[in-house]
Amino acid sequence: MPVPNISLYSRRRRRNSIAMTLSIGATLFGLAWLVLILAVLLWKGFSGLSLAVFTEMTPPPGSAGGLLNPIVGSLLLTTLAVLIGTPIGILAGTYMAEYGRHDRLTTVVRFINDILLSAPSIVIGLFIYEIMVYPMGHFSGWAGAVALAVIVIPVVVRTTEDMLLLVPDTLREAAASIGLPRSLMIGRIAYRAARAGMVTGVLLAIARITGETAPLMFTALNNQFWSLNLNAPIASLPAVIFQFALSPYKEWQQLAWTGALIITLAVLTLSITARILAAPRKST
Amino acid sequence: MSNAAANVRVPIATHTAAVDAGEMTEKISIRNLDFYYGDNRALKNINVSLYRNRVTAFIGPSGCGKSTLLRILNRMYDLYPGQRAVGDVKFDGEDILGPSQDINLLRARIGMVFQKPTPFPMTIYENIAFGVRLYDQLSKSELDGRVEHALRRAALWDEVKDKLGASGLSLSGGQQQRLCIARTVAVRPEVILLDEPCSALDPISTAKIEELIDELKNDYTLVIVTHNMQQAARVSDFTAFMYLGELIEFGETSRMFTSPNDQRTQDYITGRFG
Amino acid sequence: MPDHTAKAFDSDLLDLARMVAEMGGLAEKQIADSVDALVKRDTALAQRVTALDATIDALQSGIEEKAILTIARRQPMAVDLREIVGALRLAADLERIGDLAKNIGKRVIALNSEFPPPKLIRGVEHMAHLVLSQLKSVLDAYARRDINKAMAVWRGDEEIDAVCTSVFRELLTYMMEDPRNITFCIHLMFCAKNIERMGDHATNIAETVHYMIEGRQIADQRPKGDTTSFAALRSAADG
Repeated sequence: MPVPNISLYSRRRRRNSIAMTLSIGATLFGLAWLVLILAVLLWKGFSGLSLAVFTEMTPPPGSAGGLLNPIVGSLLLTTLAVLIGTPIGILAGTYMAEYGRHDRLTTVVRFINDILLSAPSIVIGLFIYEIMVYPMGHFSGWAGAVALAVIVIPVVVRTTEDMLLLVPDTLREAAASIGLPRSLMIGRIAYRAARAGMVTGVLLAIARITGETAPLMFTALNNQFWSLNLNAPIASLPAVIFQFALSPYKEWQQLAWTGALIITLAVLTLSITARILAAPRKST
Repeated sequence: MSNAAANVRVPIATHTAAVDAGEMTEKISIRNLDFYYGDNRALKNINVSLYRNRVTAFIGPSGCGKSTLLRILNRMYDLYPGQRAVGDVKFDGEDILGPSQDINLLRARIGMVFQKPTPFPMTIYENIAFGVRLYDQLSKSELDGRVEHALRRAALWDEVKDKLGASGLSLSGGQQQRLCIARTVAVRPEVILLDEPCSALDPISTAKIEELIDELKNDYTLVIVTHNMQQAARVSDFTAFMYLGELIEFGETSRMFTSPNDQRTQDYITGRFG
Repeated sequence: MPDHTAKAFDSDLLDLARMVAEMGGLAEKQIADSVDALVKRDTALAQRVTALDATIDALQSGIEEKAILTIARRQPMAVDLREIVGALRLAADLERIGDLAKNIGKRVIALNSEFPPPKLIRGVEHMAHLVLSQLKSVLDAYARRDINKAMAVWRGDEEIDAVCTSVFRELLTYMMEDPRNITFCIHLMFCAKNIERMGDHATNIAETVHYMIEGRQIADQRPKGDTTSFAALRSAADG
């Protein structure tokens, strides 16, 4: 056995410990900010949390109130956006993974989808403003929902395609081998096998749009009052937070913190749910 | 004396690739078949007959085209663009490769079992009932009967009869493979193609599958692709040895594994290749 | 023929062939020595012949063990399988040849006191030479995988059988001439029969070699020259 070169080995060890210290330091630095943000948010948000937040409307400056109308508005906009965006996203993803896997069109769509996926949301807001708000002459809930749907689509397309591509070809062949037409194979076998991943994609998309402010500023705007009219401006949590946080009034600032906490918790819950669903499940 | 010796000619029984068909009927006949992956000619002028109620094994080193040949028989290659088969493949006299052939119906008549067990992501019961419902409208009790029969046929019934509602993926590898065989059998095909069905299984499961193949032979025509020559020797009646996309030798298994005609066959089955 | 991918398989087969060759060599020596002992009335040599049989038996069980182990470990196919089965069959035939030689040796020892005329032994000696050359040829055919040579041996047995018949006739004549020859002649008849049996084993070996090379049995009737069973009757009837 050759005699190990001790000096070479110890030099390597030294370099290893330096690299490890640096990476741990960087991780802690990043984590520290996250913890700080969360702590401040929890501290400031929880102190304002009360039943009134969920039952009362946004107040005029200087008086107490709640966040009922922006919460409902946000839920409404998000639901609509998901209802519009998910089917389109799933169908497009299905085309790319199942029917047009080898087509040029798929490559093009995938490329454009990736750009859309990383497009700044304010650009999407401006776009919807141009094609919906401006022609209609007023801000509206519909425009807000469409803007959010445009954000949902690329996320769902991407996850649907990826998840379907993860379904092994052998399963497709097995389905074909008992004489299953392709449409049934996709609907009954491939979707079933990719279900967890696809649901995760939708949840991630919801998490993404829940906190979006910029596109809503150009589309749904905001509304001080209770309104479910989608043809009129409608309140949403991010927009209210934006408005209240910048205001000089103590009550509004407090509500902004509480709203931020609610959004954060909602996103956190969605993310954790998505993680659990996406985790490789032990077959039972 | 020497004269006498010279006159005593030793008649050497002539074994050729053409096998005496006897009572056997040709289920699938493959004539002058070529196969292309794009421009690459993967199969070259294949001629072989698959007989009814017999097991035919395709053997050969990796990449020799044996799986490719198998996948032509149910036109599995149709799923992928750029692959095409040229030649004459007849299934009970009916052209398999022709444009008028309904592929889904063809696949219902020529079933396939794959290398890796591929249960559908559904219950054990559904795995089998699913295929049955495609082509038969049955009452609940008839369907139950078909499922049970298929599972019994695949020697799996006793192991799963109390958990038909469990996921097909919860079974062991060997059980999953037998589930896939049951699924194939349930559709009532005439031919069953097996693409290395035991390569992912342990020896006990392998033995069970081999026993099953022996059993299924009574009702079906079977074709098996295998890397395991001992397996081919154990389960098949006919063996086709393929090499570099060509069919080198085809004949009765009993002869192929004791005295093959072609030197390449000899070298391959005795482990002298390369 | 190219080598196996698994080199150890080649050496297994080589070992087997070597053991068979060694056994063949011993069997040849047994035949030569036993007939030598008979001709020269050499009891000591006859005793050595009897003793050597144990070595041949041991070699046979060695070959069997090796063959079984190789089958179990390598799952031989086609030519390899035939090779191993061939070695087994050859070992069995050679062992029988050894037994027959030992039998001759025992008779030589039993004949110790007797003094038969050497001319009586000539026919048996001739037979022994024929069988020896047959065995040599067929072992050569085995070593070289020479099917023509094996077939020549297979057909050649006819001659030995014919000689055997004539030896029987001859011995019968002697016995009728002088009853004092009877004991000795009966011993000699058994020796002749033993040698004739050795020839049959050489034929068996030729068949095995044919099977090893061609993968099937010889599809032909072997010419028969042995009519000893009739010879005795006919001579008796003549007398």
